[in-house]
Amino acid sequence: MMASSYNAKEDGHVTVPGGGTIQNKKPDNTAFKQQRLPAWQPILTAGTVLPAFFVIGLIFIPIGIGLYVTSNNIKEFEIDYTGTDMSSPCFNCSQSFSWNSTRPCTCALPFSLEQPFESNVFMYYGLSNFYQNHRRYVKSRDDSQLNGDTTSLMNPSKECEPYARNEKMPIAPCGAIANSMFNDTLDLYYIDPNGTRIQIPLMKKGIAWWTDKHVKFRNPGGNPNLTSAFQGTTKPINWRKPVYELDTDAENNGFINEDFIVWMRTAALPTFRKLYRIIQKKNNMTPTLPRGNYTLEVTYNYPVRSFEGRKRVILSTISWMGGKNPFLGIAYITVGSVCFFLGVVLLIIHHKYGSRNNTADIPN
Amino acid sequence: MDFSVLRNLISRYCAGEEYWVDSRTVYIGHKEPPPAAEAYIPQRYPDNRIVSSKYTLWNFIPKNLFEQFRRIANFYFLLIFLVQLIIDTPTSPVTSGLPLFFVITVTAIKQGYEDWLRHKADCSINECPVDMVQQGTVVRTQSSKLRVGDVVMVREDETFPCDLLLLSSSHDDGTCYVTTTSLDGESSHKTYYAVPDTMDFKTEQKVDSLHATIECEQPQPDLYKFVGRINIYKEREDPIARSLGAENLLLRGATLKNTEHIYAVAIYTGMDTKMALNYQSKSQKRSAVEKSMNAFLIVYLCILISKAVINTVLKYAWQWSVDRDEPWYNHRTEIDRERHVVIRAFTDFLAFMVLFNYIIPVSMYVTVEMQKFLGSYFIAWDKDMYDEELGVGAQVNTSDLNEELGQVEYVFTDKTGTLTENNMEFIECCVDGHVYIPHAICNGQILSAASSIDMIDSSPGGYRREHEDLFFRALCLCHTVQVKEEETVDSIKRGIHLGKPTSFYISSSPDEVALVEGMKRLGYTYLRLKDSHMEILNKDDEIERFELLHVLNFDSVRRRMSVIVKSSSGEYLLFCKGADTSIFPRVVSGKVEQVRARVEQNAVEGLRTLCVAYRSLSPVEYEETCHQLDDAKLALQDREQRLAQAYDLIERDFTLLGATAVEDRLQEKAADTIESLQKAGMKVWVLTGDKMETAAATCYASKLFRRSTQILELTKKRTEEQSLHDVLFDLSRTVLRQRTLSGLSVECQDYGLIIDGATLSAVLKPSPESSGSGNYREIFLEISRNCSAVLCCRMAPLQKAQIVKLIKASKEHPITLAIGDGANDVSMILEAHVGIGIMGKEGRQAARNSDYAIPKFKHLKKMLLVHGHLYYVRIAELVQYFFYKNVCFIFPQFLYQFFCGFSQQPLYDTAYLTLYNISFTSLPILLYSLIEKHISIETLKRDPTLYRDVAKNSLLRWPVFLYWTCLGLFNACIFFFGAYFLFDNTTFTSNGQLMTTNTQMMFGNWTFGTLVFTVLVFTVTLKLALDTHHWTWINHFVIWGSLLFYVIFSLLWGGIIWPFLNYQRMYYVFMQMLSSGPAWLGIILLITISLLPDVVKKVLCRTLWPTATERAQSNRPCLTVELSTIFVLTQSDNRLSF
Repeated sequence: MMASSYNAKEDGHVTVPGGGTIQNKKPDNTAFKQQRLPAWQPILTAGTVLPAFFVIGLIFIPIGIGLYVTSNNIKEFEIDYTGTDMSSPCFNCSQSFSWNSTRPCTCALPFSLEQPFESNVFMYYGLSNFYQNHRRYVKSRDDSQLNGDTTSLMNPSKECEPYARNEKMPIAPCGAIANSMFNDTLDLYYIDPNGTRIQIPLMKKGIAWWTDKHVKFRNPGGNPNLTSAFQGTTKPINWRKPVYELDTDAENNGFINEDFIVWMRTAALPTFRKLYRIIQKKNNMTPTLPRGNYTLEVTYNYPVRSFEGRKRVILSTISWMGGKNPFLGIAYITVGSVCFFLGVVLLIIHHKYGSRNNTADIPN
Repeated sequence: MDFSVLRNLISRYCAGEEYWVDSRTVYIGHKEPPPAAEAYIPQRYPDNRIVSSKYTLWNFIPKNLFEQFRRIANFYFLLIFLVQLIIDTPTSPVTSGLPLFFVITVTAIKQGYEDWLRHKADCSINECPVDMVQQGTVVRTQSSKLRVGDVVMVREDETFPCDLLLLSSSHDDGTCYVTTTSLDGESSHKTYYAVPDTMDFKTEQKVDSLHATIECEQPQPDLYKFVGRINIYKEREDPIARSLGAENLLLRGATLKNTEHIYAVAIYTGMDTKMALNYQSKSQKRSAVEKSMNAFLIVYLCILISKAVINTVLKYAWQWSVDRDEPWYNHRTEIDRERHVVIRAFTDFLAFMVLFNYIIPVSMYVTVEMQKFLGSYFIAWDKDMYDEELGVGAQVNTSDLNEELGQVEYVFTDKTGTLTENNMEFIECCVDGHVYIPHAICNGQILSAASSIDMIDSSPGGYRREHEDLFFRALCLCHTVQVKEEETVDSIKRGIHLGKPTSFYISSSPDEVALVEGMKRLGYTYLRLKDSHMEILNKDDEIERFELLHVLNFDSVRRRMSVIVKSSSGEYLLFCKGADTSIFPRVVSGKVEQVRARVEQNAVEGLRTLCVAYRSLSPVEYEETCHQLDDAKLALQDREQRLAQAYDLIERDFTLLGATAVEDRLQEKAADTIESLQKAGMKVWVLTGDKMETAAATCYASKLFRRSTQILELTKKRTEEQSLHDVLFDLSRTVLRQRTLSGLSVECQDYGLIIDGATLSAVLKPSPESSGSGNYREIFLEISRNCSAVLCCRMAPLQKAQIVKLIKASKEHPITLAIGDGANDVSMILEAHVGIGIMGKEGRQAARNSDYAIPKFKHLKKMLLVHGHLYYVRIAELVQYFFYKNVCFIFPQFLYQFFCGFSQQPLYDTAYLTLYNISFTSLPILLYSLIEKHISIETLKRDPTLYRDVAKNSLLRWPVFLYWTCLGLFNACIFFFGAYFLFDNTTFTSNGQLMTTNTQMMFGNWTFGTLVFTVLVFTVTLKLALDTHHWTWINHFVIWGSLLFYVIFSLLWGGIIWPFLNYQRMYYVFMQMLSSGPAWLGIILLITISLLPDVVKKVLCRTLWPTATERAQSNRPCLTVELSTIFVLTQSDNRLSF
């Protein structure tokens, strides 16, 4: 720099052996400052990676086989009841849908199970082509309202627009997610070999996350009378009943209704299934769902035809690793074999070229 | 430090603006000339103020903000922030606004502080006191008030405040002595002359009465050039005109020595001074890595924009039907619906940009800056670069260029003080082949003159005796050394050392001093020049007197100097000393062969040799000589040429006496360092202001030129014989022929080029026919490219910079490094990509202007081969890794858009989006980039060729970049589709055993994102772990620590209903995920798949096509630490088993 150059001359003449004006003290001789910290210095060579590959192969393949077998043992039954097809029992319901119809449209779908479902059976409804993960949709909720906050109850968040208010009245629960809650009713009947219909008991509690039900979702103001707690609000536009009439059980009503909570957890992909009911195993002697004929009775309320969606019901047993999912097992087997194969390839390469390199290194 | 203002000023004044005329007229003391003489044209000149600061109090905020946002990255983040503020975007403006604000504020504070320091420095310069003559009295004023035409008085040891024209001095002969140490690095004293007609104006009153004008050229940066004319007006007389030259001009920055005081007039002030013009603006240097980084950034910007465009287009294509755009369950708001579709599309585009903007993170800039700043401490801390003697270690002035040290292709080094100690020492002399060595040398201090001659062959013969006497006398007489009687502190010290109060020698050539001092040690002491008589104290303590008749000064063309003296016995003698090449052809008698052999041997050893010859003149011959000389001296035209002719006639028919050898000792390990640098693939050029012979000798000594090197000369001497054009073509033919030949022969000739300043400027001068000049330049570059070493001598400071610039601009755009110690090296240091200053004898100016300062030349080796290499590898990995990890990060989000109706739904939670780059993945890479050592320091030092592995920015070339990007894309696809298949159409559920209720619970989109994110964080961190070759405890701590931090943060983030957030979407998501067995299995699987290809690639490359570095890595002795033992065992196990 120009200006400081003038001072520089002073230094130039005062040739003090001590170093002039700059007192730069001797650097510390510490391992860190001299970049000599003790260190482990691994190198990825064929020799070191080989055993790792074999080990991975040996671990992954059994896991994969285990997963695959478990997944295959899971029994799953799926039935589509959208009713797009003329022959489908629900065709009429799907065609004659209107939001305002007072009389529910019902249809019954017969099906038969080839094999008995031994353990607890989980009953899911599945929707296709339904974008629960659309940004406008995902954010269209008010978590503090759902957590029982009374101010939010009366003043729903801006995010809920255009489902925040209906004719000046705040909507509870507000937002697009709540508004579009799945409202088909599904009932399952077992047709006895002698022809009688036995309704299968469906458990509607215990289908949501425990933390959701007990912490995240709460009814407003500790008032046990939900009707008065929701005073001054209105039901979502598409709902037939207000939120406080979702169930008769006080523990499963209002915001803490489990069907509602399950719906409020937005799905990751446009094709999804959500847990609807659980069929509990009665005893060890009889299977939960014996082999035979069944009827699925649907109260058809939920329109999907406009967006070319599909509706399904899935019955499935579970295992230690969850539901039916052959992907994980296959993936594990594949990766394991690839690792093993690579191990062999590397072994050959190491054998052929490793020695050559070593000789080449000697003159170095 | 910044010079841009300075540059602007300079360019404004110098860029040939119209009000500038070719010459300026200076009115001494601002007195108008007599009306008759000429018209008085008042001209305006800049005042003597130096401005190097950049901001003022008023313009700091706007100007600084402007400067900061001119950086493309800052501007980009500002834009993103504004977009987030204005439109409804997927992420909150805080996520980008906060980091940006932080970065901007910190930078502004730093720059403000630096500018304040500059202001202070400027002030102290501009306010330094100056004695000005006004109305016959001396007035003390501030330096900045000085104006052109002011008469200034300067005392001994004061520095000239501006460029001055010497009017008179306290010496009777109108001379003064000056050192220009801080200007051109020459520490010797130089003599300047006053014009004889002004010589007598020796007091304030007299000077004030001087009535004269000076016409001179406009300021130009060449320190050694000045052309002017002084017109002195006397009453009733015609004005006397005298020409002025560089010997009359005292330069700003030089110091007056040995002279009580002088009077001088200011010619160039402030920014016009030659010193200011020689300071190039210190422009921001940017490293090659930074350039590649910016190129990569542009690629990523393109990727970003195309991603956003693709998504926007697809979005509108997809939403064509209303049922997709607004299904019954998901209506728009009224306001949104009313917007025009074009506006909506544009907002969507911007929203996508914001969603994907994390691909270019602010944190990369912050990390790179931190890496550079913190990393540079390792240079300062290095005890190997600490010099005990000076008590200083290496200094880092700019941390921006650390990695550039690993990329150097050309090294430009100064000679004096850089390669050499700048400490001349008389080694030996040789008379007729008999060698004399003064042995009484002790730490460069001369012992008593009594210590006598050491004769190797002492057979006194009359003839030899005679030559010996003549030889020593010749050396005592043939020089321009002045004797300074001791007064100053310096010399008193010196006198004490010598044991008696004595004098010491000063000269413009340190060699002459060394010679005269050497003679003193051999018993012949030059006492003084008194009344044109030179007095010598000979061996027998007798004083001999010679009358000095003529001095035929040294010049670089003749490369010799002579004196004509008359001995006390009335004999006329001509003594000549000069380079062997210029003496031998003129010798008619004497033992030429023996002397020549000795000279050559000495030259090879890197000693500076001179030959001494004499000729005795008869009175008649002397008369003739006198006549010739006087004729030439008085010639009005072609004086130079005629003098040269006269010298040529006089200096002939010599009798050779002998030769001398002087050593400018090389710095410790200079040769070793140069050898290492050359092995590392760097071309070393020596640029020096010194004369050719000396410089060449040093080059030989420092092994830059070897004995086998064929020297190509491109010097003034040669171009005078042949035209420049021919010489250039000649040389290029030689070089090119060699190249075609070398294709066949194994042993290829290596060439060394020597070029001098005059020829260089001829080569670079833009000639009238524009095609020609470009041609010369190209040819010159072509020649120099094929030379293993180049020596440029007689370089002006700015010429050094020109050379550097020339190489920088040549078509390969090589990375250059300049190293020097003096002020004359400053412009080259500033010009080169990396400037290194040596904290040497010639002031600290080079060190101050450099990017790095080291105590000794030898430290350059560690600086480049170790630090440069390591820094380069570190930052290259840093840059590539940053891009890689952000591809991994953002690409799944891009893919997710295809599954969420292109609705800009973020895949990850806001906290993850913000913290990914700031905390989850930032520390491991920062640490890696600070302490990674892929190969040990000892190996790097031992094997300079490893440097070639990283040459030419090899780790940041496009193929490498492409590999990293593809790896990133691959990993991103694995993350996303892996998670997709785990979720898709199946019950991806937690098994519920851990939970109190035995249920199967569904996972939503946030769990999906969290799963992807978890795999992502683990994969990129483990990828870095795989790349780490040097695992210290800190690495373990940081890598595993940051993974642990991620887990803990996620548990905490999902574990509480956060009161200040208006959404609780992450509540218990992470825990739910961890309580599911398949999630664990999935995570492990995906991480394994992601890392697999990179591991395979590494292993294959290492086995099949190992680089030198990789060979060195596997060769290193495995005795590092206990930790490695297991590793080594498994390794050897495998070797055994297979």
